[in-house]
Amino acid sequence: MFDTGLNILSYLSQGLGTTISIFLTATAISFVIAFVAGLSRLSGNILIRGFTAFYVEIFRGTSLIVQLFWLYYAVPMLFDINLGSNWWVGVIAVALNYGAYMSEVVRTSVVSVDKGQTEAGIALNLSRFQRMREIILPQALRLMLPEFGNYSIQILKGTALVSLIGLTDLLYYGDIYRSTNLSEGPLAYLMVLVMYFIIALPLIWLSKKGEKIAKKGVAS
Amino acid sequence: MEPIVQYKDIHKSFGDTHVLKGIDLDISPSEKIAIIGPSGSGKTTIIRLLMTLEEPTKGDIYVAGKNLWKMEKGGKSVPAKEKHLAEVRKDIGMVFQHFNLFPHKTILDNCAMPLIKVKKMSKKEAQEQSKQMLDRVGLGDKYDAYPSNLSGGQKQRVAMARALVMKPKIMLFDEVTSALDPELVGEVLEVIRDLAENDEMAMVLVTHEMDFALEIADRVLFLDEGVIAESGSADEVINTSDNPRLQDFLRRFRD
Ligand SMILES: Nc1ncnc2c1ncn2[C@@H]1O[C@H](COP(=O)(O)OP(=O)(O)O)[C@@H](O)[C@H]1O
Ligand SMILES: [Mg+2]
Repeated sequence: MFDTGLNILSYLSQGLGTTISIFLTATAISFVIAFVAGLSRLSGNILIRGFTAFYVEIFRGTSLIVQLFWLYYAVPMLFDINLGSNWWVGVIAVALNYGAYMSEVVRTSVVSVDKGQTEAGIALNLSRFQRMREIILPQALRLMLPEFGNYSIQILKGTALVSLIGLTDLLYYGDIYRSTNLSEGPLAYLMVLVMYFIIALPLIWLSKKGEKIAKKGVAS
Repeated sequence: MEPIVQYKDIHKSFGDTHVLKGIDLDISPSEKIAIIGPSGSGKTTIIRLLMTLEEPTKGDIYVAGKNLWKMEKGGKSVPAKEKHLAEVRKDIGMVFQHFNLFPHKTILDNCAMPLIKVKKMSKKEAQEQSKQMLDRVGLGDKYDAYPSNLSGGQKQRVAMARALVMKPKIMLFDEVTSALDPELVGEVLEVIRDLAENDEMAMVLVTHEMDFALEIADRVLFLDEGVIAESGSADEVINTSDNPRLQDFLRRFRD
């Protein structure tokens, strides 16, 4: 039993690279999207605001799996756009989806910084950009940290869907193993859970740390 | 002497609320003005308009001869752009009721950051000047503390140092002691007194510290329901005015 478990783990680890690389790349990109979209929604320009709101609501309002299929099957045919390998399609779908959610974290954190901070910045004659850079963002960032920690764990879990567009990630190898060793199915999926949990451990630790920093954060 | 600030028929409404109903006011360089009046009469709004935190609904404000909210463009007068506002704003400083210190920066950085970013000063020069100013308000031993570790009185003195080190020509104080515990009010008033006596800068003080206001002000304005109902020296306003609403207002303070 123990040996079988180890066996399965080593078999599953073939998918580890794909899961982790997609997770890391998608997380990095979704952070960038979150900031660009979150700040765009606070822009003075109504076009920029409107366009970002459209993106955010579309991607929050539909499911990741549908978005994944769209980008993989529909978009290349409809618009004749090649998004590259299915690895990139997976990364882009996950990043666009979670970037939309996380942009709301950025936006709400920025607007929840006390108005007096902006007013003090104006009174000191700081420009709009300087106020954002020196005063608002550093404080908003502390508010974002715990949420970002939570979302990174969600992103990890979300990556499991990429097995549906033929990527050979952790879950894919779990499926293959089960289909060739039917009696060991439950154990195989237990090991899949264990693997995901182990990858998530540092993220859980990071988001706990983020919460602590956030608590120390603001309020004069 | 040319006034440093002029309000010309200033009106301000928030939605349907007509808060300021025609304010005309000239402030001379180095003049110390106290604004008194009942809560809700528009005192805060008057100084927020000058700090560009609110825009007048009607009328013009001039700072050192320049129209605050309008600028010349191709011979026409157009709404001021951010650059114009920044140009006019550099003569104005403000201290807030709730301090509004930057909680993520040390006391020294609270003062030095605007010098570096706005005045393009070197870090060394900015810190030097900030330290001098913090020494002046009695916080020479707190450079590296964060705002959350200070008392209210200390926070407000930092806020004053931060505004002062920008060297404004006119400084606005909006009830700067009313968020403080009573025993901490004195140390803040002491700093203001020092400024009033030794500094060339014009000052506008909105305050409920009546005795203090009367003591340091060259001119006292009584604001009532959006208009300047009385204006004159402390003595004139307190002792010779027969405005019943002013009498009523003062009586409540004497009790
Ligand atoms: N941003 C705002 N929005 C709506 N009403 C406001 C705003 N600021 C001030 N007011 C209203 O304007 C009036 C005058 O306010 P204020 O200038 O703060 O008075 P004071 O400082 O004399 O107490 C009050 O009735 C207040 O409710
Ligand atoms: Mg007020």
